[in-house]
Amino acid sequence: MITLDRLTKSFGGSAQSAVDGLSLTINTGEICVLIGPSGCGKTTTMRMINRMVEPDSGRIEVGGRDVTKIDAVELRRSIGYVIQQVGLFPHMTLAENVATVPRMLGWDSARIAKRVDELLALVHMDPAIYRNRFPRELSGGQKQRVGVARALAADPPVMLMDEPFGAIDPITRARLQDEFLRILRELGKTIVFVTHDIDEAIRMGSRIAILRSGKVVQYDTPERILSHPADAFVEAFVGGDRSLKRLALLTAGPYVESGTPAANAPRLPAATPLRDALSAMLDAGANEAAIVGEQGQPLGRVTLQTIQQAAAVART
Amino acid sequence: MLAEAWNYVLSHPAQFYRALGVHVALSASALIIAALICIPAGIAVARKNGLSLAVVNAANVGRTLPSLAVLALVMPILGTGFAPALFALTLIALPPIVTHTIVGMRGVDADAVDAAVGMGMTRAALLWRVELPMALPAIFAGLRTAAVQIISGAVLAAFIGGGGLGDFITAGIAMMAVPQLLVGAIPVALLALGTDFLFGALQRRMTPQGLRA
Amino acid sequence: MNWFLRNWPDVLHSLWEHVAISLTALAIAFAISLVIGIVAARREKLYGTVMTVSGFLYTIPTLAFLAFLIPVVGLGRANAIITMVAFSLMILIRSVATGIREVPADIIDAARGMGMNKAQIMRRIELPLALPLIVAGLRVSAVTVISVTVVAAYVNAGGLGTLIFNGIASDHPAKIWTGALTVCLLSVIVDLSLALLERRLKNRRAA
Repeated sequence: MITLDRLTKSFGGSAQSAVDGLSLTINTGEICVLIGPSGCGKTTTMRMINRMVEPDSGRIEVGGRDVTKIDAVELRRSIGYVIQQVGLFPHMTLAENVATVPRMLGWDSARIAKRVDELLALVHMDPAIYRNRFPRELSGGQKQRVGVARALAADPPVMLMDEPFGAIDPITRARLQDEFLRILRELGKTIVFVTHDIDEAIRMGSRIAILRSGKVVQYDTPERILSHPADAFVEAFVGGDRSLKRLALLTAGPYVESGTPAANAPRLPAATPLRDALSAMLDAGANEAAIVGEQGQPLGRVTLQTIQQAAAVART
Repeated sequence: MLAEAWNYVLSHPAQFYRALGVHVALSASALIIAALICIPAGIAVARKNGLSLAVVNAANVGRTLPSLAVLALVMPILGTGFAPALFALTLIALPPIVTHTIVGMRGVDADAVDAAVGMGMTRAALLWRVELPMALPAIFAGLRTAAVQIISGAVLAAFIGGGGLGDFITAGIAMMAVPQLLVGAIPVALLALGTDFLFGALQRRMTPQGLRA
Repeated sequence: MNWFLRNWPDVLHSLWEHVAISLTALAIAFAISLVIGIVAARREKLYGTVMTVSGFLYTIPTLAFLAFLIPVVGLGRANAIITMVAFSLMILIRSVATGIREVPADIIDAARGMGMNKAQIMRRIELPLALPLIVAGLRVSAVTVISVTVVAAYVNAGGLGTLIFNGIASDHPAKIWTGALTVCLLSVIVDLSLALLERRLKNRRAA
């Protein structure tokens, strides 16, 4: 559990605070996404948690301990840290990179080697091939996989991730988001994730904190932020298509009703998001979609009306 | 001509080897002393923006001063001989080593440094495991430049009584004796070329595998 | 100090000699380097060979090089100038060639697309854009050349080195100081002036 209590930070001679009395509680095992326009203080806030930036005032507690009372170096070794440009050490092999924190903690070499292989496999990079390669031989997506593996090496309970997929092309980014979501959820880490991409936030976050001028404007689940934006700013920030965004969070399966689908109804698997189902129906000029199970067996249909109701229900 | 030069060496072995010895001793000592001063100083200063800029600017001015002028300026103050020459040569070596060290340290990938600090590396570990290995190629380039400059300057040390192979050259010019001249010029040219080659190889060796182009 | 005030015409004369030799050498070196640099800029193998040879020449200690030339051209200015040209080649050729190579490919592409031939591209696009780097090379060469001239006084080339050598021979500190300080001043002024020029050229070319 991470508690941020009235954090304040301003830089240089600036009258405007980068972070202004910010308070937030992040539950264990949650992915908390910090998002907001440029200069809203999201990265500064994240970097205060591992004291890469020292707050002017306020308290930060990680796992019940006040971070200012712990030695900064020791603190950072217990928190995973992933940055946008990855920052792999170019003069070390991938194995040496991943082994950095375990080495500092004094693990024996056998344990380290095993852990390195375990982690490279976890991020889908065959250890036998990649163990002794160098960062310059990797693509952007591969580099960040290794970056995450490196951050997970000492099995820290908390991870800080600053726009980790920002420098990666959209196709690879989508794939990485899915993979890491799965990995991180499985490992049960508490994650603070900074991004400027609202779609990424909705996809990745258990709860999203929307920041503006150093303050939290709304802190809620993606669902509630989309259906009940706190003010005009949040509404504008999430984008004009928030109903569609909400529909992307719901899958067709639970909304199936009985009946024979029309002839022109597109056939879709049960896991299809409602948004994609809607899109398919519009493409086909149909009012409903035929939903099928994993073996292709017909399960029923989802109608346009049902989708509209789903959107409406979520709004209340 | 070459044969005559060779005969000269054969007939004056003690003189030759002494001059060679002095030359190498002067050069090596100046390089080592300059390195011991400049590399730590460069590392200490590199992260401080204002100070490192001032040092680099001062070093650049120092670099433009003709070696012989530096040697000559030292003479009225410190006199002639090995020690004054060593002092002057060390001064000459300071600028290239300190500039290359600073540039090398500042050129280290900032993201790697951020990640390292964020992962909980101490300052010492950061310097030793991340910054120095990455700055090493540049530092060695500085040492290489300095080494060649020192060997060249050590030739001129003959003018202020420093000894070394320059003595043969000056004697040869004074007496218009070409063989004697060559006895000084050829070995020192070989010494300079050899040192340059050696340091070049060392520089390549010191470049971490992950950084080789 | 007094000596200087009494003898400043002589100092000026030596200074003048020094500048004359240096400029002559620099001009010759530049002309040669420009030609070789342009030719070698985009020819990998030729460039490699040229760099190796000129690097070789550059590494030889100054006095040794002057000494090597004595059996060939004797003493005097010719000796000094040949030495200076040899030393300057590596830096100047590298500056010219690198300056040309660093001109962005898309600019050259645009020029070719507009119908310029190779000579026009070189004259109107590549060389002007390479100018900051060329001036940087000139800056280093100028300082090198001034430094060599000091030593060349020993082979009767004239220049401020004469004051230094005379001072050493007659144990006359004032002469040594005057010669040494004057040449240091000359070196620093030339370096700073060219540095200023380099920066001005770079700013004008900033995209």
